[in-house]
Amino acid sequence: MLAFLENPRLRGGIHAEERKHLTSGQAIVTHFPLPKKLYIPVQQHVGKPAEPVVKVGDKVLKGQLLAHSQGAISAPVHAPTSGRIVDVKDFPAPHPSALPVRTVVIESDGKEEWLETFIPDDPFQLEPEEICMRVGGAGVVGLGGAVFPSAIKLNLGRKNNIHTLLINAGECEPYLTCDDRLMQEHANQIVAGIRLMLRGMMAPKAIIGIEDNKPEAFSAMQAACRDFPNITISQVPTRYPMGWDRQMLRYLTGLEIPADGRATDIGVVVHNIATAYAVYRAICLGQPLISRVVTVSGEAVANPINIELPIGTLMSEALAFCGVDKAKMARLVIGGPMMGDALPHADVPVVKACNGILALSHREIHEPETQACIRCSSCVTVCPVGLLPLEMASRIRVNQLEAAVDLGLKDCISCGSCSYICPSNIPLVHYFKFASGELVKRQQADHKAEQTKRLMDDRNQRMERIRLEAEAEAQRAQEARAARLAQQAAQQKQREQAEETV
Amino acid sequence: MKTSVISGPHVAAPRRVDQIMRQVIIALAPAVGFGVFLFGWPALYLLTVTVLSAMLFEAACLKLKGVAAAPSLRDGSAVLTGVLVAMTLPPWAPWWIGVSGSAIAIILGKQVYGGLGQNLFNPAMLARVALLISFPIEMTTWVNVTPLFTGPGLAESFALTFSGLPIPDAMTGATTLGMVKTGFSQNQILPQALGDYSGILAMIGWERGSLGETSGILLAVGGIALLRKGIIQWHAPVSLLATVALLSSIFHLWDSGHYLSPWVHLNSGALILVAFFIATDYVTSPNTPLGQLIFGTGCGLLIFVIRSWGGYPEGTGFAILLMNAVTPLIDHYIRPRIYGRYRNGKPLDISSS
Repeated sequence: MLAFLENPRLRGGIHAEERKHLTSGQAIVTHFPLPKKLYIPVQQHVGKPAEPVVKVGDKVLKGQLLAHSQGAISAPVHAPTSGRIVDVKDFPAPHPSALPVRTVVIESDGKEEWLETFIPDDPFQLEPEEICMRVGGAGVVGLGGAVFPSAIKLNLGRKNNIHTLLINAGECEPYLTCDDRLMQEHANQIVAGIRLMLRGMMAPKAIIGIEDNKPEAFSAMQAACRDFPNITISQVPTRYPMGWDRQMLRYLTGLEIPADGRATDIGVVVHNIATAYAVYRAICLGQPLISRVVTVSGEAVANPINIELPIGTLMSEALAFCGVDKAKMARLVIGGPMMGDALPHADVPVVKACNGILALSHREIHEPETQACIRCSSCVTVCPVGLLPLEMASRIRVNQLEAAVDLGLKDCISCGSCSYICPSNIPLVHYFKFASGELVKRQQADHKAEQTKRLMDDRNQRMERIRLEAEAEAQRAQEARAARLAQQAAQQKQREQAEETV
Repeated sequence: MKTSVISGPHVAAPRRVDQIMRQVIIALAPAVGFGVFLFGWPALYLLTVTVLSAMLFEAACLKLKGVAAAPSLRDGSAVLTGVLVAMTLPPWAPWWIGVSGSAIAIILGKQVYGGLGQNLFNPAMLARVALLISFPIEMTTWVNVTPLFTGPGLAESFALTFSGLPIPDAMTGATTLGMVKTGFSQNQILPQALGDYSGILAMIGWERGSLGETSGILLAVGGIALLRKGIIQWHAPVSLLATVALLSSIFHLWDSGHYLSPWVHLNSGALILVAFFIATDYVTSPNTPLGQLIFGTGCGLLIFVIRSWGGYPEGTGFAILLMNAVTPLIDHYIRPRIYGRYRNGKPLDISSS
């Protein structure tokens, strides 16, 4: 009601039922039994897939490189345990249609034998370039869900003279508490990771934004930061999608990233809190990113917990460990319930991007029938970007994708707030994802048509040239023949004249 | 477990369309209940016949359209339209006024456009204006306050509503705004033209008027409840009421003999009903906060203009319809600023900052 009194830096957003209490009270479980087989996809990041450097039959140690990064944007993957490579094959990835991805399969030997690791005497004396290199070598990627290779962001930060490192500890998705627990249990290590990031980017200061529904994490982090005046911690209101980096940045600094730009354009780099912890482990312990904390929750899970899982663990094993009731499970989701993907089955590996595995019951997913739009504009109110979801959807429904683009389709972040709030349960965000995909398809089709047309034109030109050449040739031949005939005739005439004279 | 590709989000807010409609009906209930109490059994009969016929017309239209009627009837929008139509009628109007009102609202106001969410004009206001122009006598016969059990009994009331029993002239009179308009035409000036007007009684609703429009205070209570629940936004009601209050203050200060004070304007229940329940109609009002402010201001301006200088004593219906017609235009030009862009859609220029 008093929306006009609200902070202009905060726009839109929703309050979904949090359901974080299921897991927020218990310590991270670290004794998950080592699976017999681990499935490590070579593509767990944005960019080019890594190229395997091991072959079937090789023995590998824990932390050993399995596949090295390829091209400018990529990240390597490492062995989560010691054992033997038994296969390198296509295996279903945690994707809405479980598309197969090239995957290295390790049979663990149960010894957990570490590769010899390099631990610097004083990590904070390392050169900035070296920090970035080590972070890249350890396969650290953004653990908030975007999985962008972190080293690239650190390097970009150093080259762009940034003034602020924003650490995103929003964790605004319902159910998820892995970052919350990580902050409560490893605050000092996270702060060390942040200091290393600052050094790697040669940036002067860091701001950590934590939603105000995590008071314990906030005080733990505050205590850990006490000696570092260049790191400030701020509480931000609990309102999804606070974890959208641009929303948090605007709230904390008042800065807004241009629609066609990046955070570095305005002197900011944003990293996730769990990434800071991974950086700490990569530099101070010499450990590559081979495990992560995952929230396993949902009503179909008997013991919802946060659990440290080796990358490559099958989700079905993690769910079984937590006592999943398959009959009760109506939907399996990777990530949070707002932006996460529904998976067709649980026989897919845990990857670096996986912050949550949710086994949701029918009651939780609550799927009423879709009704007509009553133009209540709730979707306009909750959109954090400032779009008109109802108008965009009505254009897309009649296939006017260009009109939807004019309304800002390409600025949609797919946060799902509009779909969540819609009293008619219209799958708005689904419309937008569909339209975006369709636009890409059309663009490709246009491109293809253009290419075909170009080839066709080339061919026509070529044929025309050949035809003209042939004609010219024929013309020349005819002329030659005519000349020859004339000559012959002349000779004949001469001869006749000669005969006459004789 | 389903294996088809399902898009997120995988959770949904609990509020549904039928709940919204139900909440609005509940918010209207005090004013409607008071109207029935104030004007007795004929008012109850009229209300019943209007709501039932609204549902009937809705069902018939859906049947013609070839879709199942039950789910749409269950969403409560037809009931709400029926209630709103009844609220704007003279309480002792004959049954066919109510039925015609429902027909206009549901068939012409809503279904010909394609049903729920598609109409350009507010159905209830369309019905009110169409009836007022078509049946000026029936639509301006205002019965005196005759509370339940003091007026005609059940059977006599039935005859009043359903078999054309005429209302005795002694039992009718003019509404406050109508009286003032007549007074002005006879060269009276304020406050004489107001007669024995009591602002407090008008606020409570103890006066002649439409079935559900007499009590400004009960309507305001319902409206504020909807605001608190987040079902309606403040922009349209506040701008509408503020515009009327501001304009009437200025003109009243300038010429208190010919312009009603804001106190009289704001105590007219029709203004409150329109501000909280009609100007906030989702379908026919703009969908951005700024657009709603413009819409409310425009309604307020038109209401004041029609009440002060127009031919009709009351202008809320006309004002709403005129602004409804402008809504698509407002929605076209008023759009929220997109993150990282200027209002014109160009990306923010960082070199300038």
